[in-house]
Amino acid sequence: MAAHRCSWWSWLLILFSLSVFVVADIHETTPVNDHHGGVDHNAQTAEQTADQPAVEERRWEATEVKEAATVDAAADIQGTSAPETVVPSSVPQPKDDFQEELVIRPLHSGDIYASFQFRTLWDTDFMRENKVSHYRLFPKSLGQVISKFSVRELHISFTQGYWRTMQWGQPFIPSPPGAELWVWFQDSVTDVDATWKELTNVLSGIFCASLNFIDSTNTVQPSASFKPLGIGNVTDHSFVRYATLPREIVCTENLTPWKKLLPCGSKAGLAVLLKSEKLFHSSFHSQAVHIRSVCQDWQCKTTSWELRQTLNSVFDLHNSGQTKREWSLFKMFSRTLTEACPLASSSKLYIDITDNPQGEQFELSPATSLLSQAVVLGDRRTFSVYDLTQETTFGSVRSLNLLIRWKSNEGEMLRPLLHAERYVAGYGLQTGEIHTLMYNNHPYRSFPVLLLDSVPWYLRLYIHTLSVTSKGKDNKPSYIHYEPSKDRVKPHLLEMLIQLPPNSVTEVTVQFERALLKWTEYPPDPNHGFYVGSSVISSLVPSTVAMHTNSTQERPLFSSFFPCKEESSYFVRIYTEPLLVNLPTPDFSMPYNVICLTCTVVAVGYGSLYNLLTRSFQIEEPNPGLAKRIANVIRRMRGVPPL
Amino acid sequence: MGLLSDPNRRRALISMLTRLNAPICVVCYFAGVAWFMGLAFEPFTLRTYMSENAMGSTMVEERFPAGERALATGREFAAHKKKVGGMPVDWLVKNMQDRGLEVFTQSFSRTLPFPDENKERYIVKGTNVYGILRAPRAPRTEALVLSAPCSPGDNNNQAVGLLLGLAQYFRNQIYWAKDIIFLVNEHDLIGMQAWLEGYHHTNTTGMSWSPLQGRGGSIQAALSLELSSDVITSLDLVLEGLNGQLPNLDLANLFYAFCQKIGVLCTIQGKLQRNDWDSVSGYSHAVQTMMLMVMKQASGRPWGDHGLFLRYHIEAATIKGVNSFRQYKTDATTIGRLLEGMYRKLNNLLERLHQSYFFYLMPSLSHFVSIGYYMPAFGLLAVILLLRQSSPGVLSVLTPLVISHLTGVALYALPIRFQETAVEHFPVSETEAVVLTAIAIYTAGLALPHNTHRLLSGEGTEQGWRVLKLVAVLYLAVLLGCTALINFSLGFILALTLVPLAAFVTPHVPKVLSAFILVILSPACTLLFSVFFFQELQDMPVSFQDGWLLFLSVISQGILDHSLYGSLVYPLIALLVFPCWLLFWNILFWK
Repeated sequence: MAAHRCSWWSWLLILFSLSVFVVADIHETTPVNDHHGGVDHNAQTAEQTADQPAVEERRWEATEVKEAATVDAAADIQGTSAPETVVPSSVPQPKDDFQEELVIRPLHSGDIYASFQFRTLWDTDFMRENKVSHYRLFPKSLGQVISKFSVRELHISFTQGYWRTMQWGQPFIPSPPGAELWVWFQDSVTDVDATWKELTNVLSGIFCASLNFIDSTNTVQPSASFKPLGIGNVTDHSFVRYATLPREIVCTENLTPWKKLLPCGSKAGLAVLLKSEKLFHSSFHSQAVHIRSVCQDWQCKTTSWELRQTLNSVFDLHNSGQTKREWSLFKMFSRTLTEACPLASSSKLYIDITDNPQGEQFELSPATSLLSQAVVLGDRRTFSVYDLTQETTFGSVRSLNLLIRWKSNEGEMLRPLLHAERYVAGYGLQTGEIHTLMYNNHPYRSFPVLLLDSVPWYLRLYIHTLSVTSKGKDNKPSYIHYEPSKDRVKPHLLEMLIQLPPNSVTEVTVQFERALLKWTEYPPDPNHGFYVGSSVISSLVPSTVAMHTNSTQERPLFSSFFPCKEESSYFVRIYTEPLLVNLPTPDFSMPYNVICLTCTVVAVGYGSLYNLLTRSFQIEEPNPGLAKRIANVIRRMRGVPPL
Repeated sequence: MGLLSDPNRRRALISMLTRLNAPICVVCYFAGVAWFMGLAFEPFTLRTYMSENAMGSTMVEERFPAGERALATGREFAAHKKKVGGMPVDWLVKNMQDRGLEVFTQSFSRTLPFPDENKERYIVKGTNVYGILRAPRAPRTEALVLSAPCSPGDNNNQAVGLLLGLAQYFRNQIYWAKDIIFLVNEHDLIGMQAWLEGYHHTNTTGMSWSPLQGRGGSIQAALSLELSSDVITSLDLVLEGLNGQLPNLDLANLFYAFCQKIGVLCTIQGKLQRNDWDSVSGYSHAVQTMMLMVMKQASGRPWGDHGLFLRYHIEAATIKGVNSFRQYKTDATTIGRLLEGMYRKLNNLLERLHQSYFFYLMPSLSHFVSIGYYMPAFGLLAVILLLRQSSPGVLSVLTPLVISHLTGVALYALPIRFQETAVEHFPVSETEAVVLTAIAIYTAGLALPHNTHRLLSGEGTEQGWRVLKLVAVLYLAVLLGCTALINFSLGFILALTLVPLAAFVTPHVPKVLSAFILVILSPACTLLFSVFFFQELQDMPVSFQDGWLLFLSVISQGILDHSLYGSLVYPLIALLVFPCWLLFWNILFWK
């Protein structure tokens, strides 16, 4: 047994110490669906075998099914057996794992979408009695937050800009403009509101953001829209809190603390590309931190904590002022890649080449023979893969500077299956109407969406005017959850489950009255307007892959009768634009005038009027008595003023 | 107050006011007029200054290089416009898309209540094209608008060219914090109205339009560009909007500041600024400029495409390129740089323009008269109404009041209703029918006193007319006061004509002469004189015949403005001012 254990130990040692080099080969063969869960895997391999004849000259990454399976199995064994072997020993061995990847997708509009994901997995329990004190890859600041505030799940995003669905399609991880924070607490938390308040203040310090402005007036408890993304079927929505700060401006001061959470910082690996002067020269910038607990294996015997740091940005082709349509890592980030993060078990760079199978749209150099396929957001995508843990990737110059040279020039609008917009209608400063438009562009399928609207109290919603219409007809929501606002205490919360008919626009309108605030409640710039956060639309959208199955050409007939379940629909969350609403604003130079004027009016006007009203005026002839006259004569002689 | 607490002095004051009532009123009237005329005298006015800090000292560089290319685009636009015979929608969409904008179109249609003979249109159908330049890393909450009308004939091609040129240049800049909407609107104001209603999803005038697909949040400021020649001598700024609303003065300041910086001649009301304020001609020049502004504002019409923005709390102005025969010429690149500079400064705005004045008159582009200075002139006129009321039962005058207002309602509602009947029975066109019906009803109102008295039970007493006069004078005071607050120019002009007649009219003055004066000072005649005066101010005097035709067209335009854009001047005159005048007419013929 000892020998056996010893052999296991050596196994582990090799795995851990040489993971960067040795496991590189194996990991290369791991399918991309690291982040799609294991279920996709089988379906996908099936797809690939079906597709294989068409693309024989290319080497599909996941064709070596056997090897992949064995590796998975090895990982499973490692995952399950390791704790058993380790637990008896007094030194707990933290099993943590760090992966990094960058996806670059040339968009329809000619822009470039770069999405970074850094994932740290740690098999530990933050909730147990003796606090976790030894941290390796997992950032200590966040670990302490999790254990102190009994957080089950935490999602925080900082976004500068609005994701243009019509031009860019769906993002991998959506986020609303400004800051968004939503947290699921453990059942053990007794006073959720107090914990939430404290948590926001702590996070505010960690991320250098004004999250401390989150208070009861902008916090809601969504009943259906925000379900936990990790394991655990919690349905009691009293443990979830959701808040957005649409006004939050994201800048380098938020990026630096975010980068510090990475194991390699910005010293090595993909994170060297994150230079703020270039990142904030883009059309869209979003950075996020997601913490949740996930299963370690498919049986879900043990769980581990997952910290996923994502950063998405879209670079504009026009803004650079160059005529040649050419992009490279150096041009985007003013850096090239020279190495993977030494702590990372996997470090990859994916380029989406789906729209470019024959290289007609753009040209990619250096070319890679490694390809990978995945179903992303309901669409089958093909990626070129660059494995940074391999020396060969960097070539003879020891640096990878990926170059995309555009050939065609088109910037047509997309028709995403689901998109939404929102605006304020009406004029004047008394009332208004919020319109939310949701487009279902699917030609024949209808699907339900969950709409969440959180409106600040100073817009007093007339909920009786709420109307939902699609195709000119009344569309009755099957579920409505409405919490009215309370002045200066809590916002309106409106959640609705609405069925969107195929190929239609659904319009949700509700009228509101603009409240007159107390004069101390106005911000320093009242004439800028007041923000109303984005509506959140969550939905299971029928995937385009499923749409194609009916007209598919290359697939065998027997495989395409029933649409495949896993791919038939996919989860999408979209955010509408935030609103800027003007409230009736007093002229703030007036208080001074008013004070002066009132003082004058009171002093002069009221004083005299009061005098006039209370005094009776009589004309009196001066006719003093004799004695008084004599007395006065005497007084005059004495030089004393008369009586 | 000491004056009032002393009964002797109080009595003395009252007796003086009653004894010297007439002279005081005359003095007040002339003092009011003199004060008003003094407003144009430069030492009495304030220099304009930038109040908004965000637009003040911040430096912007203007680098727009592509004026020539913009003009070439303008010529291309002209060719396509001619080919299509209207708005070249497809060409514009393609061009805007090529420039990297998100492009949307909006179609609209509107049937006018009666044909507009000035612009020769009745059933209007058109399409607006607009492209949105999305600001990088901005959440679509704020926007700026640059618009150029697609006018019939050879007008405004250069404006569209420059708009597209600017769009292309702006697209390549990184510094935008607000979305910029480039709008080309067809059928000038009607297209603009359709677009604004679509953008704000309101329907105030019964126009039908297709909903907008793309928006940029709340619009902070807008400029409308009118440019009809390749080179210009000067740029003219137009501020007067619907119902006499004016944009924030800072917008005018911004324009003036950039004209000074770049060295472009700028005018307001088509009048250059002169430095010789101390000479008679310099002063009369300033008076002319100010009077033109007063006349335009009083008309309550939008004097450019910007005029309709003001209803939506969007600060807007029209910039017109003027090409006269002066030597000094400015090319399109310079205008482009001017606009670039203005937009960059507007882009820097943190709040809506609110720091400077909303109520002002401008005797020149560098000087303005604020509300605090011009209101006393009106106050001096209004105080006469308070002095002329003599002590007074009010119910006895209900009949003339009601009848006067019914006449007003008839004047407001009947012309458009009865146009078809009129056209059937008389050899006139629809437009003429409407205008002539209006004039007929107006004239018929003059016969009112006879009818009123027939309805009045018993003899009109001395007490009766006094009560009626009291009511009428108070009515007029409130009416003019409110009008002057919203639209000073209109209020002042009405006060100038209505106050004297309100002051002198009694049943005991010579009937024929007074009746003549009353008619001369009635709202319609005021309008007629204003038409002549306006032409005079613009150095384009007209003969009486032309003047009369112009008068008729002004009436039809007023009615059209009301139904198309929701202008309030016509209902104000028909429903309030005219009945008020009728009350005085009634007093004159009191038996």
